[in-house]
Amino acid sequence: MSAVIDNHAPAHGHDSHDHGDHHGAPHGLMRWVTTTNHKDIGTMYLWFSFIMFLVGGVMALTIRAELFEPGLQIVSPEFFNTMTTYHGLIMVFGAIMPAFVGFANWLIPLMIGAPDMAFPRMNNWSFWLLPPAGILLMSSFLLPGGAAGVGWTMYAPLTSQMGPGMDTTIFAVHLLGMSSIMGSINIITTILNMRAPGMTMMKMPMFVWTWLITAYLLIAVMPVLAGAVTMTLTDRHFGTSFFNAAGGGDPVLYQHIFWFFGHPEVYIIAIPAFGVVSQVIPAFSRKPLFGYASMVYATSSIAILSFIVWAHHMYTVGMPVAGQLYFMYATMLIAVPTGVKVFNWVATMWKGSLTFETPMLFALGFLFLFTLGGFTGLVLSLVPVDVQLQDTYYVVAHFHYVMVAGALFSAFAGVYFWFPKWTGKMYDEKLGKIHFWLTLVFFNMIFFVQHFLGLAGMPRRIPDYNPQFTEFNQISTIGAFGFGLSQLLFLYILLKAIKSGKPAEQKQWDGADTLEWTHLPTPMPYHTFENPPTVK
Amino acid sequence: MIKKFGASIGSALLALHAGSAAAALQLNLTPGVTVGSHVAYDLHNLMMWIIVVIFVAVFAVMFWSVYAHRKSMGHKAANFHENTTVELLWTIVPIIILIFMAWPATKGLLMVRDTSNPDMTIKVTGYQWKWGYDYIKGEGEGISFLSQLSTPQDQIYGKEPKGEHYLLETDNHLVVPVGKKIRVLTTAADVIHSWFVPAFAVKQDAIPGFVRDTWFRAEKEGEYRGQCAELCGKDHGFMPIVVDVVSAEKYSAWVAEKKKEMAAAQDDPNKKWELAEMKARGEKVYAANCVACHQANGQGIKGSFPALDGSKMVTGPAEAHIDRVLNGKPGTAMAAFGKQLSDTDIAAAITYERNSWSNKTGNVVQPSDVKAARK
Ligand code: HEC
Ligand SMILES: [Cu+2]
Ligand SMILES: [Cu+2]
Repeated sequence: MSAVIDNHAPAHGHDSHDHGDHHGAPHGLMRWVTTTNHKDIGTMYLWFSFIMFLVGGVMALTIRAELFEPGLQIVSPEFFNTMTTYHGLIMVFGAIMPAFVGFANWLIPLMIGAPDMAFPRMNNWSFWLLPPAGILLMSSFLLPGGAAGVGWTMYAPLTSQMGPGMDTTIFAVHLLGMSSIMGSINIITTILNMRAPGMTMMKMPMFVWTWLITAYLLIAVMPVLAGAVTMTLTDRHFGTSFFNAAGGGDPVLYQHIFWFFGHPEVYIIAIPAFGVVSQVIPAFSRKPLFGYASMVYATSSIAILSFIVWAHHMYTVGMPVAGQLYFMYATMLIAVPTGVKVFNWVATMWKGSLTFETPMLFALGFLFLFTLGGFTGLVLSLVPVDVQLQDTYYVVAHFHYVMVAGALFSAFAGVYFWFPKWTGKMYDEKLGKIHFWLTLVFFNMIFFVQHFLGLAGMPRRIPDYNPQFTEFNQISTIGAFGFGLSQLLFLYILLKAIKSGKPAEQKQWDGADTLEWTHLPTPMPYHTFENPPTVK
Repeated sequence: MIKKFGASIGSALLALHAGSAAAALQLNLTPGVTVGSHVAYDLHNLMMWIIVVIFVAVFAVMFWSVYAHRKSMGHKAANFHENTTVELLWTIVPIIILIFMAWPATKGLLMVRDTSNPDMTIKVTGYQWKWGYDYIKGEGEGISFLSQLSTPQDQIYGKEPKGEHYLLETDNHLVVPVGKKIRVLTTAADVIHSWFVPAFAVKQDAIPGFVRDTWFRAEKEGEYRGQCAELCGKDHGFMPIVVDVVSAEKYSAWVAEKKKEMAAAQDDPNKKWELAEMKARGEKVYAANCVACHQANGQGIKGSFPALDGSKMVTGPAEAHIDRVLNGKPGTAMAAFGKQLSDTDIAAAITYERNSWSNKTGNVVQPSDVKAARK
């Protein structure tokens, strides 16, 4: 970014380097329960999301284990359906979204020179809604009839046939939505009101911009999702017929409402990921982000377009051809701003002075594979092709390229990038690189072959399949177990660094230029920027 | 375990290698036998070429950078960070490329969506978990049957080797004449299903309470297979579709045969049945329509599908039992079987339930009882 930093402003804060030692800060467990410190809360978000990532991962492995060969070997079809459902819900709402909120909490105040988030108590509450939501979600498995096997999209009227596990899931979605909305209000207010003198909007680091836009998206669509699941709830228990044709409703209405949330949701996940990558690539190119302004406009147009393309998930419901044409054109249009972003990142690297530490590797992995996922999205946008591919493994491959190689890779890049700043300890670079390469190879092993399964017509969400699909499913399953194990290496790298990592430098990455690197010591004090820095 | 995995990697790689020869591993869309499938196939190929070219171009630049602009090669960073001309260029050029893609997609779509002037119309109904076919217009009008998975459970649970068409085989095939435009109306009785046959490029959601349409005109005789594509509950993965496309003569012969069969299967609605013969018939009806949920032992699946063995309704007065089977229970997986099954079949299933496992009512429910309960 282009902000010029006033280096005379002294690094601020208290003398203590250990959060726990901060005067007045409670010790032990209560510190975490009652904390209003954006750093503590950011840390909790990140650990929560990592735990959920492991839980959702075990579910993914259950799915892949059952699909290792034709026939039913490990789980029953009902249980298989619950695995696909909760794998999706947990990864989207429990892992990826909280991970980026964790980054937002840690970084937004630091990047704009604010002492904390605008509403620290609400911040605490936003986080502490998550564990009960997670527990409620998982408790579905213990209820009579088991958890709901309806897919993360929870289409009506299948939801009406489920047991009480459906209701706990709906309440969990409500809690998660409340948490997101409060978090978003906090983020927007912080960014708009708490910037240090001189930090104009167009000087904000790209990561801050992406979160500002994402927070607006969240406020716009989380209530829509809440509406959809609430209507499901009243259809189930209170005699309404929103989605029941026999009572004058329409099951397809549910899909419209869900995807009006669902498509922006894709960008709620992707846009902060863009933000992280937009910090990492310039830092390791030692060159400012190319086309900063066009990046802001591109991100905003993606956000706006995301509201008008939802029915591309519904090409086969039988909408009029004019509707299909409209949604096809609008969807294709998203490729333009997305392309601008990719070109900007490549141009940032062009004629830079590149090095390839772990964060940069993950950012490049993101760039390469996210673009691939974007292209398969373009293929799916064309109605005649989508009719063949909708609800097949091609779609599964497509959205995992966007969600895993996109969002997850970017989150890994972010963790490796800021870990030294956050903890004051350096991770093991060699192990980090091994983590990257394992993740990259196994990721492609899982998902690249799924394109072929989809092209050949294998539907998604089936526990068993015709032997013609065996080979690719086996490759995919082996890749999945490799991928899962590689993430334990990630955990090991983090724990090792926390325990015995070498001390990190103030500016661990010489190309990094945002306030947390230029103005704050490593490790950071518990409170930062109590007096705002001046940004020129 | 590890050995097994290793062996599978080996076999998978081998199979990949032999892919082109064995034709076992499909790497592209099926070329198919309908206009729709050709449109999809060609459009997809076109897209792949365009994508490959753009992808290679963009990432050639990136990898060149990765190679040539490394710090370790002593490259010093330039400081440019804006250029209006290139930024305009890479906004406008993609738009032009998109228009180039949208054109054939639009043309293809308009062609594919034209369901006018069909030679025949068939209604497809999705049930949990089977398909119902009603020939409602054209040659074969009036034919109506259910079609469900015919793969034996022993194959699914690995007690028997799996056949070639494992999970993609049905007891009754949909039969249509070659070269005729078949309009397909889709609907469903319980939840949303989706009728998907890749070789026809037909995938149309079947939505309860609504009727949607699509069509196909198969160019080649043959057997074409597909399956339900929308998650519809427990046995979503077990409701395949088989379509036989046959010559006009063969089709006429099939129609005649099917009509005869249906006439023969007509039961005398006033016949009085004995317990033993009704129960024997009921066992078959139950096996075809009820086991998926209530299970062969009548115990159901705890929490999802109730046990009929010892159930109050099944051992209580017959009226309530008849009503439940005829009309189902809205909002649950218990469908209204009155729409699918004949009076005799319903009477048989009910009689079977009332006299099986530990249920010993001794009642014989007669077809006339069911008829009287229908309104
Ligand atoms: C798709 C799953 C499914 C299939 C197939 C199915 N049922 Fe049911 N059935 C249910 C469910 C679920 C209930 C419980 C409804 C409720 O909540 O009361 C039920 C309830 C019943 C009951 C009432 C049991 C009681 O004690 O209340 C009877 C009788 C019954 N079914 C008979 C049949 C018969 C006969 C067939 C086959 C013709 C059949 N069912 C097929 C799901 C199914
Ligand atoms: Cu979308
Ligand atoms: Cu189905």
